[in-house]
Amino acid sequence: MNNLPSKDVGALENLLLSGAALSIIGLLIVLPLGVVLKEAFAGGLKLWLESVGDPDARSAIKLTLAVTAVVVPLNVVFGVAAAWALSKFRFKGRSLLLSLVDLPFAVSPVIAGLIFILLFGRHGWMGTWLTDHHIRIVFAVPGIILATLFVTFPFVARELIPLMTEQGSEEEQAALSLGATGWQTFLKVTLPNIKWGLLYGIILCNARAMGEFGAVSVVSGHIRGETNTLPLQVEVLYNEYSFTASFACASLLAGLAIVTLILKTFVELKSGRDAA
Amino acid sequence: MSITIQKISKTFGSFQALNDVTLEVPSGGLTALLGPSGSGKTTLLRIVAGLEAADEGTGGQILFDGVPVTDDPVNRRQVGFVFQHYALFRHMTVFENIAFGLNVKPRGERLSRDEIKGRVFELLKLIQLEQLAQRYPSQLSGGQRQRVALARALAIQPKVLLLDEPFGALDAQVRSELRRWLRHLHDTIHVTSIFVTHDQEEALEVADSIVVMNKGGIEQVGAPNEVFQNPATEFVMKFLGDVNVFHGRIHNDTPIFTGELKDENGVRLLVRPHDLTVQLYPGAGISLPAQVYRVLTAGPLVKIELLNSQNNLVQVHIPHAEYQSMPVKPDQRVYLVPKESRLYGNDNARIEYVI
Repeated sequence: MNNLPSKDVGALENLLLSGAALSIIGLLIVLPLGVVLKEAFAGGLKLWLESVGDPDARSAIKLTLAVTAVVVPLNVVFGVAAAWALSKFRFKGRSLLLSLVDLPFAVSPVIAGLIFILLFGRHGWMGTWLTDHHIRIVFAVPGIILATLFVTFPFVARELIPLMTEQGSEEEQAALSLGATGWQTFLKVTLPNIKWGLLYGIILCNARAMGEFGAVSVVSGHIRGETNTLPLQVEVLYNEYSFTASFACASLLAGLAIVTLILKTFVELKSGRDAA
Repeated sequence: MSITIQKISKTFGSFQALNDVTLEVPSGGLTALLGPSGSGKTTLLRIVAGLEAADEGTGGQILFDGVPVTDDPVNRRQVGFVFQHYALFRHMTVFENIAFGLNVKPRGERLSRDEIKGRVFELLKLIQLEQLAQRYPSQLSGGQRQRVALARALAIQPKVLLLDEPFGALDAQVRSELRRWLRHLHDTIHVTSIFVTHDQEEALEVADSIVVMNKGGIEQVGAPNEVFQNPATEFVMKFLGDVNVFHGRIHNDTPIFTGELKDENGVRLLVRPHDLTVQLYPGAGISLPAQVYRVLTAGPLVKIELLNSQNNLVQVHIPHAEYQSMPVKPDQRVYLVPKESRLYGNDNARIEYVI
């Protein structure tokens, strides 16, 4: 703000603009967060603990953690592989693949969920075969995992592609010329160079995997204690007018958001310092 | 270890980067691949290293000491490769960078920790950077980085050392210092080396042998003196220094540079600026009329710019003493007499002639 010419933009305009920005942030972000926390603890800490400790809530927490534990590592592998291929090599169909990586961002999460219903649902393309073999995908945990995988796929790849493109492949070539195997090159040269970007991608992927609502809502079937993730549990409780319990669960997600932000800032600081 | 390059071709899409190149690099020498950008010199170097594959089906081969290595991938070819932009591992210290090639060896062949340390410090001593072992690449100057890159390549005791424009990214002063240092280093370790450069001065100063490349092919191979004094083609002559070009034709077996120019039998006389003398009257052999345009006396040589009868700019460099014995002024009409010159015909090859 110091480099704004003070003659053109007077102190008043400056104040008005900053005030507007601050009030928008306050209104849209700080206030709702405050409401969530206030409502969650409206009945005191004891009630909050009870709400969070409720068997259905605990099952939702467990399911959310389990889905995240499967999805994040898989997307790390997919994301690194996709970023590696897209940034270090030039091949036919590269730009098509590059747009495909972005597809989950472009598609509404509800549509993403619907895709899996159409594929694996009872009347879907593979429905009969799946029923015959007693495999359940939609309205079960595999469906939730697939939907979450789809929605969170771009986070790691998107974070790494610009970074790896900028770094080029000369260091890898140097490592190979020094006798390193492909795997050694990846572990000792590529991975250390992208570690902060990768961590950043993992944090974002993790936050989205835990918080995903739309796609999961379509494929989950909302079976309490079985296929309800934490965000779905919040909705179910809210619809039943169990506001305190609903907000208690919501406060867990809000806490996750705050932790994510702190970690994100830390990684940004750290990677900025390493790059300097 | 000698390097044999046989019938190597390389195309990128529709661009022919190398066209049937065959070259023998003798053991223990320091050879320069010299050429303008796009001449294929870096591609050739990368193919020798195994970083790039030559076109298949042309029977192209790379041999080290007579043994084909064409099918060996880069990590089994045991070449030391130095990149133009260093390509140091940015998250490793100088020590770790140099030790990398020793640390990635399979367990059976790997040296002990102490032996690796000893070897790295030997190399650090060679590049005179012992006190910087714990620094990171970002904390080094360009010249220091390139020396570390060289030490890293030498650590694996490579069969051959390949350098891709090793001084290209450095400023002029560091460059000439590092050039001398590389020559000295090569005289100490005698590993067969090839370096790529587009700087003819660098090639002439450092190399034992120069390979001049143009448009994916080799124009001439020879010792620096040979290439400079007897350029085989017009391209080599032009690329190795400033030249003046006089267009003419052959008449009765004698080149003529006055009168009307015809395309058939067209020839070009190439003369370096320091091989021309300025005279007030025509001489017995070739004398080219010209008009003085500008005289620059600041500098180690007097530079005279003239316009010839075809209205092309001609440069003459003469020592101050010579100029003072016969000064000229702008607009004065004079005659240019080549002390040494080379004549080239339409096929780019040199023509012998007697004045």
